[in-house]
Amino acid sequence: MHPFSYRQASDEQAAIGAVGQPGAMFLAGGTTLIDLMKLDVQTPSQLIDITPLPLTKITELPGGGVSIGAMVRNSDLAHSELIMTRYPVLSEALLSGASPQLRNMATTGGNLLQRTRCYYFRDVTTPCNKREPGSGCSAIDGYHRIHAVLGTSRHCIATHPSDMCVALTALDAVILARGAGGERRIPINDFYLVPGDHPERENVLAPGELITAVELPAMPFAARSHYRKVRDRASYAFALASAAVALDIQGGAIHDARVALGGVGTKPWRSHDAEKALIGKAPGPDAYRAAAEAALRGAKPHKDNAFKVELAKRTLVRTLTMTAQKTV
Amino acid sequence: MTLTRRDFIAATLATAFALTLGARAAQAEPEAAKIGAKPMATAPASAGGDTMPITLNVNGAAHDLAIDPRATLLDALRERIGMTGSKKGCDHGQCGACTVLADGRRVLSCLSLAVAQQGKAITTIEGLAQGETLHPMQQAFLSHDGFQCGYCTPGQIMSAVGLLTEPVGPEDADVRENMSGNICRCGAYPNIVAAIQDVRKANTNAPV
Ligand SMILES: Cc1cc2nc3c(=O)[nH]c(=O)nc-3n(C[C@H](O)[C@H](O)[C@H](O)COP(=O)(O)OP(=O)(O)OC[C@H]3O[C@@H](n4cnc5c(N)ncnc54)[C@H](O)[C@@H]3O)c2cc1C
Ligand code: SF4
Ligand code: FES
Ligand code: FES
Repeated sequence: MHPFSYRQASDEQAAIGAVGQPGAMFLAGGTTLIDLMKLDVQTPSQLIDITPLPLTKITELPGGGVSIGAMVRNSDLAHSELIMTRYPVLSEALLSGASPQLRNMATTGGNLLQRTRCYYFRDVTTPCNKREPGSGCSAIDGYHRIHAVLGTSRHCIATHPSDMCVALTALDAVILARGAGGERRIPINDFYLVPGDHPERENVLAPGELITAVELPAMPFAARSHYRKVRDRASYAFALASAAVALDIQGGAIHDARVALGGVGTKPWRSHDAEKALIGKAPGPDAYRAAAEAALRGAKPHKDNAFKVELAKRTLVRTLTMTAQKTV
Repeated sequence: MTLTRRDFIAATLATAFALTLGARAAQAEPEAAKIGAKPMATAPASAGGDTMPITLNVNGAAHDLAIDPRATLLDALRERIGMTGSKKGCDHGQCGACTVLADGRRVLSCLSLAVAQQGKAITTIEGLAQGETLHPMQQAFLSHDGFQCGYCTPGQIMSAVGLLTEPVGPEDADVRENMSGNICRCGAYPNIVAAIQDVRKANTNAPV
C-alpha cells in the first residue's frame, strides 16, 4: 500500500475542503477503497475519513418519500421498517449483497461508488482502460464470463457490481451531492455513465463532491416489489444476473412497472422498453417473456458471457412472476 | 505418517513465525514494498511513512500505539498488540477469518484501518471468555465439534456472536445465509450451524 496521511472530517464543509486537495479521497466503510489500496489499484495520498459525519438518518419526506443519509450502513438500511414496508426491493437487494460483516461496514454513499469487480481492473499487472486510460482492455479478448452484455463499448465491458444501485435505479432515486459550490440533485438514471471512449469516467460526480443523501420518491406501488439475484453459489457472490422489479397491478392489468437489471450492464440497467412491454398487459408469462425479450434486445454478448443473455431474461421473468404473486 | 494435533499446531505456529519474519524483513526495507513488481498485500504496521499516536480499546483495555496509517486493525491486533486470535485468511474481505466486533457489531478487521477505530470498543476472540469460563458460543463450538483445523474458528465464533444480536430468522437456512461471509476450508459448516442454533435456542428459553 502506498503511504498516505489520514484525517477525520468533523463536518461536511471540512470534508469537502479537505478532499479538494490533490490525491485526497473520502473513506467511508472502506470495503471498496482499502481493498483496492492493498492491490495498488487506488493510491490516494490523503484519506479523509467521513464516518464521523452525522449523515446517518433514514427519514420520511413530506409526500411519502424517504431520505437516506450517505453514511447509513447497508445493514441498517436493509432492516429499516420504512424501507422493508415501502420499498422491499431495496431491502432485498441490500441483503443479497456481500456478507453481514461487510454490510455492517458499507455505507449508502460508498455503495453507490463501489468499483467494478473486473479481475483485470483489480490486477495492476494487466492493461485496463478504466484503471489506466489508453492501455487497452484485457477482458474483451480475455476471459470475460462475469462481464457485461449491455452498455459496453470496445474500450470496456466491465459490469457495475452493486445490488443496491439496481434497486435504487428501479425506484428512481435521486442522489444529493454537495461540493464547494453548494448542493445539487442528480437522478440516479443520469448519475452513471456508460464506458464509451472514457471508461475511467464512471459517474457525473465532480472531483471533491460529497454525496450527502439519497432520496426515494413516493412510490406507493413499490410495496409490491422484489429483487432476485442469480450467482455462482447460493450466497456471498456478485450477481451474474439480477432484477429489481416493482409492479402496479390494478383490475387485472399492469398499470405501471419498474424494471432494472444488475450483473449484465456497465451501469445499473434500467429498461424502459421492458416497462413499456408490461404496461397495459395482463400479468402472466406472455407479458413477462415479452418484457424480457425487450430488456435484452440490445445485448452484445462475447464468447464467455453469452449465457448471460438468456440467464438475464429468465431472471427477469422469474422476478416478475414472484412480484406479481406478492400480496401487498 | 499421521500428524497429531500437537504436531499440526506446532507446524502452524512455525508458519506464523516465518510470516512474521517476512513482515519484519519488509519493514527493514520499506522501499521494496513500494516498487516491488508484485504489490504487497498488506503494509506492515510501521513500514516507512509517518506514524500517528492512537489509542485502541480492545477487550476493555486501552492500548496506546504509534501506528502507520496503513496498518489495518487486523495487523495492529496481531503484530502490535500481540492478539493473534483474529486470523488473516484472504486479507481482502472475502473469508471472514478476521471478524471482530466493533461496538458490538461484527466487522472485518482486514478492511478496517487501525487509525479509524479510535473510540470504538473492539472485541476479539480473546475477549469472549470470562476468566476460565468460555462464552456460550465457544462452548457450543467445542460441544458440537464445530472446527477441524480451527483456522477459521475465531472468525466464525465472532461472527456467530454478532449474529445473536441481529434480526436473523429461526431456521438453519437463516443461520447458513447469515454465516455465509465466513468461509471454512475444512467444511465444518454443519456442526457450526448446530452450535449456533444451540446457543440461539438457549437464549430464547432463558428468562429475560
Ligand atoms: C468480498 C466482498 C463482497 C462483496 N459483495 C457485494 C455484493 O454481492 N453486492 C454488492 O452490491 N456489493 C458487494 N460488495 C461491495 C460492497 O457493497 C461495497 O464495497 C460497499 O458498499 C462500499 O461502501 P463503503 O462505505 O465501504 O465504501 P468505501 O470503500 O469507503 O468507498 C468507496 C468509494 O466511494 C467514495 N465515497 C464513499 N462515501 C462517499 C460519499 N459520501 N461521497 C463521495 N464519495 C464517497 C470513496 O472515496 C471511495 O472511492 C462486496 C465487497 C467485498 C469486499
Ligand atoms: S472490462 Fe473495463 S475494467 Fe475490465 S479490463 Fe477492460 S477496461 Fe478494464
Ligand atoms: S482476512 Fe479479513 S475477510 Fe479474509
Ligand atoms: S476448521 Fe479449518 S478452516 Fe474451518
